[in-house]
Amino acid sequence: MITHSSLISLLQTALPLEGEQGGGLSYFFLQHYWCFVVALLGAILVFLLFVQGANSVAGSLGYTEQGRRLIYNSTGRKWEFTFTTLVTFGGAFFASYPLFYSTSFGGAYWLWMLILFTFVLQAVSYEFQNKLGNFLGPKTFQFFLTLNGILGPLLLGGAVATFFEGSNFIVEKGNLIGLPSLTGGVGGGSLVISHWANASHGLDALLNPWVLVLGFAVVFLARTLGILYIMNNVDDEDIRSRGSVRLIGAAVPFVILFGAYLVHLLLKDGYAYDPATGVIFMEPYKYLHNLLDMWYLLVILLIGVLLVLYGIAIEIFGPNSQFSIFNSQLNKGIWPAGIGTVLTVLALLLCSAWNNTAYYPSTADLQSSLTMQNSCSSEFTLRTMFYVSLLVPFVLAYIIYAWRAIDRKKLTREELESSSHTY
Amino acid sequence: MLSLLLTSLPLGGEQGGGLLSAIDWARAQFALTAIYHWLFVPLTLGLGLIMSIMETKYYRTGDAFWRKTAQFWQRLFGINFAMGVATGIILEFEFGTNWSNYSWFVGDIFGAPLAIEGIVAFFMESTFVAVMYFGWEKVSRGFHLASTWLTWLGATISAWWILVANSWMQYPVGCEFNPDTMRNEMTSFADVALSPFAIDKFCHTAISSWIVGAVFVVAVSGWYLLKRREAEREMALKSIPIAAIVGLLASVLAGATGHKSAQTVAAVQPMKLAAMEALYDGGTAQGLKIVEGIEVPYALSFMATNDFNGFVPGINDILKGYTREDGTVEPSAQEKMERGRAAIAALAAYRKAKAEGADASIVNSQLSIINSNMPYFGYGFIKDEAELVPPVAVNFWAFRVMVGFGGLFILFFAVILFFDWRKKRPTPNPSREGGELLPITGEVGRGSFPAWLLWLAILLVPCAYICSESGWLVAEFGRQPWTIQDMLPVGASVSDIGSSAVATTFWLFLALFTTMLAVEINIMLKQIKRGTAPHPAPPQGGK
Repeated sequence: MITHSSLISLLQTALPLEGEQGGGLSYFFLQHYWCFVVALLGAILVFLLFVQGANSVAGSLGYTEQGRRLIYNSTGRKWEFTFTTLVTFGGAFFASYPLFYSTSFGGAYWLWMLILFTFVLQAVSYEFQNKLGNFLGPKTFQFFLTLNGILGPLLLGGAVATFFEGSNFIVEKGNLIGLPSLTGGVGGGSLVISHWANASHGLDALLNPWVLVLGFAVVFLARTLGILYIMNNVDDEDIRSRGSVRLIGAAVPFVILFGAYLVHLLLKDGYAYDPATGVIFMEPYKYLHNLLDMWYLLVILLIGVLLVLYGIAIEIFGPNSQFSIFNSQLNKGIWPAGIGTVLTVLALLLCSAWNNTAYYPSTADLQSSLTMQNSCSSEFTLRTMFYVSLLVPFVLAYIIYAWRAIDRKKLTREELESSSHTY
Repeated sequence: MLSLLLTSLPLGGEQGGGLLSAIDWARAQFALTAIYHWLFVPLTLGLGLIMSIMETKYYRTGDAFWRKTAQFWQRLFGINFAMGVATGIILEFEFGTNWSNYSWFVGDIFGAPLAIEGIVAFFMESTFVAVMYFGWEKVSRGFHLASTWLTWLGATISAWWILVANSWMQYPVGCEFNPDTMRNEMTSFADVALSPFAIDKFCHTAISSWIVGAVFVVAVSGWYLLKRREAEREMALKSIPIAAIVGLLASVLAGATGHKSAQTVAAVQPMKLAAMEALYDGGTAQGLKIVEGIEVPYALSFMATNDFNGFVPGINDILKGYTREDGTVEPSAQEKMERGRAAIAALAAYRKAKAEGADASIVNSQLSIINSNMPYFGYGFIKDEAELVPPVAVNFWAFRVMVGFGGLFILFFAVILFFDWRKKRPTPNPSREGGELLPITGEVGRGSFPAWLLWLAILLVPCAYICSESGWLVAEFGRQPWTIQDMLPVGASVSDIGSSAVATTFWLFLALFTTMLAVEINIMLKQIKRGTAPHPAPPQGGK
């Protein structure tokens, strides 16, 4: 069990420190710590997108009305974790890197609004779909779940891709006091600190093919994880046998798309900055250099990728499959694949920000790019929030305890008939 | 075409996609989403408490009746809870999408409560609400009871942190401005988290939410009694006193915490108090208006200062400047605006001097001007002192609606408890004792509650919501034009988004939330009509 103090020691010894050294909670350390926390929340969020993934394939995986109900009732017991992690991810980002919050959310307006819109639809769909009095009909809410199941991962994946591909914005903190009528002409005449440099407000990201590649990779990853989760969580032979076949259709495009993006990432120029001056510049093979400089991230990434592949393989080639090779435990692929997803995404997100890298690059004005240094909260706030974050292990502990209590017995058709609360 | 139509709507401010019209839409959208969200939160907090009490009765007695009763109210809780979750996510992200400048200018302070809310409260809610619904047959009675209470506690803690954040906007403390980073930075977390404004606001808001839950339970129970629903009669008769006790306690405490809140508002937001009272020219020994022309002598002074002869400034006093009772002089609006402009100009000069590597004495002299005028920084963005006056009519009437209904609820719950206490005829319980069914007519069918009282309970459900929303109207309209009191007006807080974009999302959310509200109400009514009957399985079918 890794304690917080050991984690701090580990991070302080492992980080490529170039700023303040020392054993205390330096500003430099806190910036990296909060980047780690936000990246971890982001990684857990991507894992929890199995809810969306399963919903997006509910029609074919469930096949019958009752089969679909089993899937919706299975994901319906987990959807709040995904939702809560998304909200906490946003809150943690706001608290630790407020300039990202104001620039990305205020700039890539349509991208984030679309994401939120689909999650709003999802939030009511479970509770409402099969209730008497739902005059829109169950199909409407099942459609909402499918829509969220596809658009949610696609747009969130696309948003993650912008950490590497860049976005079209300009930041000028002096703008707030730049209104000529107020200051007698001082400043540039604009009041808003962060501007999007084109009129599409975030939708332009979807014109970048590499953003789409990572976006669709996340869609198929979510589907892969969703199928693995359902195979584990629902005790139904029909669904499980269909799952091992459907898994191939989701896993193969995921592996191809993710592999392509990983190669692209390692070969592309990246956004670096000089920690002494804050000046941002392009560096060839920046992300490859990051992984080589921070070897522990490379190790985490490789372990993560292997675990995901292993989790997929033991289901496709498991004893239950017509391609049987492994003699592994049945339907346990979600665990290695889930842990592998968290490790892989964590490594990639940290690769986008640590080692003097601009994590939210601007394609409109290089020097507007956001770095951990120029966009983070004050040292006092980060330190205060550090102490709050010590609660996280307790939160994780009760989530795991409650989750195990609910999942001790797998969901069956019989339980749906007898349960006092179903969707 | 749609955008053209939307931008042409006369919402006020500049038209045609300019910054001011985007401000209007951003405000309208935040108001819309906040009002919708607040339709669901009070019932979550109030019904959550009452259903937890009912499950506690099940835990202590082992009586299956209480389990069935708790499950019934939890089913209604779930329908409402889903909408609360759906409407809540937008609010957090709207700070970034619509109020980009705000997010940077105070994100160092404001982001922390939102993050803590997620870590501490949301996970608690989302984890234990799942156990509450799906754990009846899977966990022990004690664990289930704890989960139900923790679901309510999570919602309450969530309310605490979001009200801490809101209170900080009304009364910014524990921070200082950093001219190098161009933002306010936290200097004391304790001052932010335990601000007296936050404590008063939380107590008043959370407790008043219990009233909504209590009215809802009494009304639903009353409907069963009016309809002589035999299957739900015992549940109704036993739910009413529990809800009425919670309601009476909450109504009285809401009055007390409201009085405390009024004093805090008088101290730190005198303009809001003046607008609430439509008080243009203040003074000592001020009366509280019931409506224009009818007032309770000395009551406003007492409400604001705890002293019947206390001084309460009016709108004109605040604009012209006045002397507080402790002798401190409150500058006029014009002076504040001049000092705000001086702070902004000095800040621009400071940044220019630093960028050019100017002499330290020049930098320090500008810094000195910034610091001395910083309390009025936000006034530098105000062009006309008339902008400093919040909408008086809305504040005046919303305050009266809130207080009026609050007083009515005290009376209502007292009368309900009186009739419950007065109950002279025994109400047999055929279903549980196996006795012969009695004809359920008149007072026997309704317990001892007269029909008019039960109809009144049903009529009071929308009143409880109107009362609760009115409180927020007072809080939010009353602080206009500020997003952060004296520090940043709404006009300087927005994102660089065209008005058509914000208008489009406004209409989208209006359509979505209204449709979902209609579905939610219909489902809720059907669930109430069905009562405690088992949940039927959805229609079976092939692919």
